[in-house]
Amino acid sequence: MLAKRIIPCLDVRDGKVVKGINFVGIKEVGDPVECAAEYDRQGADEIVFLDITASNEGRGTMLDVVRRTAQKVFVPLTVGGGIRTIDDFRDTLRAGADKVSVNSAAVKNPQLIKEAADIFGCQCVVVAIDAKKCEDGHYTVVINGGRIDMGIDAVEWAKKAEELGAGEILLTSMDTDGVKGGFDLDMLNAVCSVVKIPVIASGGCGKLEHFTEVFEKTNSSAALAASLFHYKELTVGQVKRELARHDIPVRAT
Amino acid sequence: MIAIVDYGAGNIFSVKNALDFLGIENKLTADAKDLENADRIILPGVGAFPWAMKKLNESGLVPTIKEQAKVKPFLGICLGMQLIFDKGYEFEETDGLGLIKGSVEKIEREKLSVPHMGWNSLVYNMECPILRGISEGEYVYFVHSYAAKCNDDSVAAYCDYDGKVTALVYDGKYVIGTQFHPEKSGKTGLKMLKNFSELV
Repeated sequence: MLAKRIIPCLDVRDGKVVKGINFVGIKEVGDPVECAAEYDRQGADEIVFLDITASNEGRGTMLDVVRRTAQKVFVPLTVGGGIRTIDDFRDTLRAGADKVSVNSAAVKNPQLIKEAADIFGCQCVVVAIDAKKCEDGHYTVVINGGRIDMGIDAVEWAKKAEELGAGEILLTSMDTDGVKGGFDLDMLNAVCSVVKIPVIASGGCGKLEHFTEVFEKTNSSAALAASLFHYKELTVGQVKRELARHDIPVRAT
Repeated sequence: MIAIVDYGAGNIFSVKNALDFLGIENKLTADAKDLENADRIILPGVGAFPWAMKKLNESGLVPTIKEQAKVKPFLGICLGMQLIFDKGYEFEETDGLGLIKGSVEKIEREKLSVPHMGWNSLVYNMECPILRGISEGEYVYFVHSYAAKCNDDSVAAYCDYDGKVTALVYDGKYVIGTQFHPEKSGKTGLKMLKNFSELV
């Protein structure tokens, strides 16, 4: 039986983890390689690097981070942020990433999903969707951190992404992100009901119970969290022990 | 020394990274002499069966691989495991290395997604030396759309994905194949690679 995955996400800018973190025993605070290694030790099933570097020079730095991480972390590594072209996919995979996540570039050019899936295999194409609820009850795709509404139905977009060859959907609810009141169960259910590919739940977890809830009340395959793990409010191990207590299949840590 | 067969297949560096991390001497090589001199051989691989067999054939290493797999520990990983069998049916019928009897066929699942991707737990079927010190039920990382169909007595472990999926094969002598990626399976996978590096 497939295990439900717990995925810590690290925001990286110019080769440094942006959110202030302070793992015990790590000298170079903010080094993404060390942070990833710590999450691996805690039992993370996968690690996501989100590159929020603006400059081109920074992209090279990110690839170096990926390369160094791949030398000491032996769980799947997903890299996203600023991926626009097939060359970006290729460079990132060659550096040692197992999957590449693409967001706004795919919204603007959906064929990027198909091209990448045809060349590299659908298993390494993660389509990240940021969405929020409209007044009429539908979910709409947003980009630029929620500032731009693309006027595209998020559920339809998820379905289309699957048809084009996406291997996974990383679904972030802009309504619950940062609020810490729990994952957006309704939005997750709306998307999970129309796709067969795994859906990663993102945005909103603030405590242990939220992880149990997302797996008990939706068909999400994985749950992603950033600040909760960054600020050591919870460890991956704690989350997994709690899930196991509720008979949710997880890889023991 | 472990020879990692470098025949142009993708993502072979992750296997090298894992062996380096474990301090196990290894060499990426496309030279038949290295395979002959190596103590053990790993055949990695990510990609499609026909393409990979074509690459292997072009490398001229097929006769050496077949010969060496009879005399020293041999580990095929993911697509490298699939190539161990007689035939593959990805896109078209393709001859494999024929080290273990069986074929590689598309996974068909009505309700679940294909590729079968993620951490799945091992169900043991028979003993295999790379499982030494690893308990049944441990999770390993899979990414594949095709799976081996072979005699039950070649299967060391299955996993369950709405039906049995061949996870680990063993010929009882030297040839071992993992459908999962030990180099991406955390501590459990590293332990398997360590075990493999100690086989004689």
